[in-house]
Amino acid sequence: MIAALTSLTVLGTSLGLILGLAARFFKVEGNPLVEEIEALLPGTQCGQCGYPGCTGAAQALANGNAPLTLCPPGGRAVVAALAARLGMEADLSGVEDAGPRIAEVREELCIGCTRCYKVCPTDAVLGAAKHIHAVFSEACTACGSCVDVCPTEAILLRPLAPTLQSWGWGKPGLQPLAIAQGMAA
Amino acid sequence: MKLFKMRGGVHPEARKADSSERPIRILPLPPLLHVPLQQHIGAPAKPVVRVGDKVLAGQLVGVGQGHVSAPVHAPTSGTVVAIGDHPAPHPSGLSAATVTIAPDGEGRWFEYEVPADPFALAPDDIAARAGAAGIVGLGGAAFPSSVKLDASRQSGVDTLVINGGECEPYLTCDDRIMRERASEIVTGIRLIQHAVGATRALVGIEDNKPEALAAMRAAAAATDVQIRAVPAMYPMGWEKQMIHALLGREVPAEGRSADIGVLVHNVATAWAVQQAVCQGRPLVSRIVTVSGGAVVAPCNLEVPIGAPVQALFDVCGGFRTTPARLVLGGPMMGQQIARTSVPVVKGTSGVLALTQAEIGLTRPAPCIRCSTCVRACPVGLLPLEIAARVRSDDLAGAVALGLKDCIGCGSCSYVCPSGIPLVHFFNYAKGDLAAQARSKAKQETTRKLAAERSARIERIAREREEAAAARKAAKAAKEAAARAAATTEAAA
Repeated sequence: MIAALTSLTVLGTSLGLILGLAARFFKVEGNPLVEEIEALLPGTQCGQCGYPGCTGAAQALANGNAPLTLCPPGGRAVVAALAARLGMEADLSGVEDAGPRIAEVREELCIGCTRCYKVCPTDAVLGAAKHIHAVFSEACTACGSCVDVCPTEAILLRPLAPTLQSWGWGKPGLQPLAIAQGMAA
Repeated sequence: MKLFKMRGGVHPEARKADSSERPIRILPLPPLLHVPLQQHIGAPAKPVVRVGDKVLAGQLVGVGQGHVSAPVHAPTSGTVVAIGDHPAPHPSGLSAATVTIAPDGEGRWFEYEVPADPFALAPDDIAARAGAAGIVGLGGAAFPSSVKLDASRQSGVDTLVINGGECEPYLTCDDRIMRERASEIVTGIRLIQHAVGATRALVGIEDNKPEALAAMRAAAAATDVQIRAVPAMYPMGWEKQMIHALLGREVPAEGRSADIGVLVHNVATAWAVQQAVCQGRPLVSRIVTVSGGAVVAPCNLEVPIGAPVQALFDVCGGFRTTPARLVLGGPMMGQQIARTSVPVVKGTSGVLALTQAEIGLTRPAPCIRCSTCVRACPVGLLPLEIAARVRSDDLAGAVALGLKDCIGCGSCSYVCPSGIPLVHFFNYAKGDLAAQARSKAKQETTRKLAAERSARIERIAREREEAAAARKAAKAAKEAAARAAATTEAAA
């Protein structure tokens, strides 16, 4: 009787102790998947997906409540990365990917109200009250937050023109390649 | 002498005889020279002249910026008439920053100091002189030579390989320079060898250039430089193929030749090094092959950098028929251009005007999985499999099959019986990978900016709260003090 009581008590206490320590030392802070997904998202907290920032979107994706195609600025690349991480089939046909774009301020319409300057998540707008604003192309993610707040519709998202550094060959079709016409200089 | 067996490769019709038997001629100065500020891999040069400045031949017009860059010099004496955009020698047809010079026809040189004995110079001094002379790889890749020399000296290469392969059809500029300027080339080779401390120097020349081989052997007779004949096949001029043919060493995947202790330079680059170190002449001209079925009299020209391509064709008698395609470089790896106003740059080895019959375009047919491309690939890849992945947008799959090791030599496209533009698929995929890498780098930057902004907003909110709390505390203290004063007054 006493032997049984002692052994069960010792067993219970030690197991409890081990579990308690394990809970402390191997503590998991939140869902690790959420962090991984957040690293794949653009991280500019633009809120276009309808969730409060990229962390919220990552949580929704981890719980399976959001479609893979939720991130408009991320484009196809983000959808493909998410699909690879979550082991899901991505339907890319519905994803709009206009290629790299940036915001552009139309100087004749800008009234210098600083609203775009205040909402830009990456500080890509340069400006001061009653001065024409400008956009740093290196910092602009084309999230469109500034387009929504502009009272004079002076901001447009325009495709980034290719440069000698960024130009690349198009995907070959199975048609014969176009032959250069008009050789005159 | 032992040569090593090579993998893959093709034997396109050489078509070199059109231009190889005529001596190099000097191009008469065109009315304007358009000198692009970026003619090399790396950062573009920054202009150091202004519109209206008079410049001498060889005078600096653009300084290199950053580690991997090269300066640009005036090709002849004259006046700077414009600094701005001009169509670049690039398939996109886009423009690039260019210094335009109107030659005065006098050809006066800017005097640089010339050492009495170039072999008494310190090794790093030779590399510095090559860098200051704006020398880049003249085989076509245009990588700044001084960067390669410095890196090779530091990593301790033991063998210098000089590439006289010239495996591209039509091109004979290296053939001609070896025939006509062999002794200068050998001096340049010995200078490079001295600059990197290599114990031996080998020159590989394809055996379809017997005159060049004989001239180089005669020039190198009294020196340690060894001249070797290698079999004529494409792409023998690819540096890894040349190393393998001469030394039997294989460069690891995604590695460089320096990893196995070898430095490779082109014969024309060796000539440019000799000119820079012994004559004090920066790289302001190069030998260019003008050829192709549409050209009346193909030949090799010594061309000042910046001369418009049209001027080269004019000197060669103009066009026999309207060319179906204009190419800078060789027909296998060259760049298609849309107009003849683009300038010749340091990396331009040839300008070709090809006829419809020569380019032989056919409508691509489905892949029959004959694996001819696999046998042709000098790298040992599976072009048909990689192209199938690229076609279905599976870039990760293409990279796993070795897309990044593809050198874009075009052997697979050349042999494909279905006429599938395989190398076009690979170039497209490489461009897409580069675009992805760029957008990833941008994403890192914007992520940092977003984090900094939210930290700033938090800090401002906190400071505002703290200031409000401080004000409140100060007000409370003041009131307490007033109350205390009132009590003491009342007590008194």
